[in-house]
Amino acid sequence: MTLHRRKLLTVGAGLAGTALLGGCDRFAGTETGRRTLKVGEDANLYVQRLLMSPTTLAREFPAAMISPWFKPNGTIDPPDREFRALAAKKFADFKLTIDGLVQTPLSLSLADLRGLPGRTQVTRHDCVEGWSCIGQWSGVPLAELLNRAGLKPQARYAVFHCADTLEYAGGGLEGGDGASLWRPEHPGHVRDGTIQLAAAEDWGGASTATDAPKDDWGQGAPEPDAPEDKRTPIRYYESIDLFDAFNPQTILAYDLNGKPLPVSNGAPLRLRVERQLGYKQAKYVMRVELVESLAGFGQGGGGYWEDRGYEWYAGI
Amino acid sequence: MAAAPALEAPETVDASGRRWFYRHPVVIRLAHWINAVVLLVLLMSGLQIFNAHPALYWGAVSTFDDPALAITSEQGRDGTNRGVVTIGSHSFDTTGVLGLSREGGTAVDRAFPSWATLPADQDLTTGRRWHFLFAWFLVINGAVYLLYGLFSGQLRRRLIPDGDQIRDFGGSVKEHLLLRFPEGEEAKRYNVIQKLTYFVVVLGLLPAMVLAGLAMSPGVDAAWHWLPDLFGGRQSARTIHFIAAGLLVLFVVVHVVLVLVSGLANNMRGMLTGWFSLGRPEKETAR
Repeated sequence: MTLHRRKLLTVGAGLAGTALLGGCDRFAGTETGRRTLKVGEDANLYVQRLLMSPTTLAREFPAAMISPWFKPNGTIDPPDREFRALAAKKFADFKLTIDGLVQTPLSLSLADLRGLPGRTQVTRHDCVEGWSCIGQWSGVPLAELLNRAGLKPQARYAVFHCADTLEYAGGGLEGGDGASLWRPEHPGHVRDGTIQLAAAEDWGGASTATDAPKDDWGQGAPEPDAPEDKRTPIRYYESIDLFDAFNPQTILAYDLNGKPLPVSNGAPLRLRVERQLGYKQAKYVMRVELVESLAGFGQGGGGYWEDRGYEWYAGI
Repeated sequence: MAAAPALEAPETVDASGRRWFYRHPVVIRLAHWINAVVLLVLLMSGLQIFNAHPALYWGAVSTFDDPALAITSEQGRDGTNRGVVTIGSHSFDTTGVLGLSREGGTAVDRAFPSWATLPADQDLTTGRRWHFLFAWFLVINGAVYLLYGLFSGQLRRRLIPDGDQIRDFGGSVKEHLLLRFPEGEEAKRYNVIQKLTYFVVVLGLLPAMVLAGLAMSPGVDAAWHWLPDLFGGRQSARTIHFIAAGLLVLFVVVHVVLVLVSGLANNMRGMLTGWFSLGRPEKETAR
């Protein structure tokens, strides 16, 4: 395969630069290569933060520009048993947890959230793949919730724990050997693995396999019949720093285009962090945890896709 | 022949009577070769990124049902897959190259074939990392080139046609079409078509490329609301970024062909060492 690719490259391009590009793929696969390529992300974060203030707002559009169809992608129907139970009752039993490095942990129902001061914004959603949609989002500013909970001084990041399982970490416990199976040797390997697992119809696993609190978003929702499968589910998660967390447009949205958020777009709550790309807009948010460091969550990248090579700072 | 030289450059005559002219200062030469490598990486990683959503649109958002351009694969009547490029309402069969190509002996659905993308495999994350790192190199290298060119006078000498060149525009076009290239005094400066082409590429296409790229960034758009508007919206910026990339490829193809036909050795020596041969004076006087 590699040989063939190299042959294809050599014949196809017939340029001196080709040898260089064949080397590029090998370079990108090494630890040094990954670290070198990450320099661009660091530069983008640094320079974009120079251009922005904490309150700089993304462009808001007139209602007439709202896209007729807001393309759902990623998980569009979480297979998790707990989530399905919540969705079946239209999230009447849903509680958003805000905890971690806060003075007062909060637990709020959708009705509680709708009773708080809200914000509505018509913004453009930019997917990392390249497409865009405009939608109207209504929700509670995250700053509102964080101010009510009161941050402890060490808090630096907000981590969003989501309901949807995307894959399982081998058979090991979180952080064990099993999890490291998924560390990208080649980002391609991981994505193949994801696809195979997603197709394996092996859902229904829940957080019962581990008592690691990091994974336990479901406060007190006991697993009805614990599956024999003891593998650790890997759920979607995301994180932002306080610069974005306190931006007025950073909201936990419960409505899309004036109607309750559909499950395909992230019901009951979806994070909107408008100055970044689509994969930061975590769907099915169950718990917001304030932390000092992103180490210890997943593989430490700060998000499901970040653990698979995507940039933590998705401003570009 | 009375080209008022914008600046003096070293000249020498070797033992065989051949005239040499120091055409490219070291900063220009370095910037040229860095740019060549950087643009190749940006092109190939850019095609990788395009492959993640191989369709283009006009406006702020994606009109998924009605793309301006799409590179897809579809099942033909005989049941086999074929690659299709759709531009507006026109479709073209591009099996083998675009939409459907061979990778390791099997046909795969991908807009641009693996030999054209970086990485070769379908891998958006790594493509993005290459693209955004090398975009910085492009900007820094370009800034060095422009600042040096501005203060040394090289930019004016290279990009702005002299008065006599504009007056003899028709004659220059004719010379160029006949692939007749000047020697001697006239070879010390670019001809009017070269200057105008470099002007458009250096001050038009490349800056437009950078700006259209930045206009796709939600972070930059938040800081500069006017930027996507400059292109007619984020999706238009993406389409223009793609078109500008195509124009740059066209430029490079023509550039390389002309380097070949106008004297590969002399041109390469010029861009590697700086020294460019103006030929022998007797030949010049014979003209």
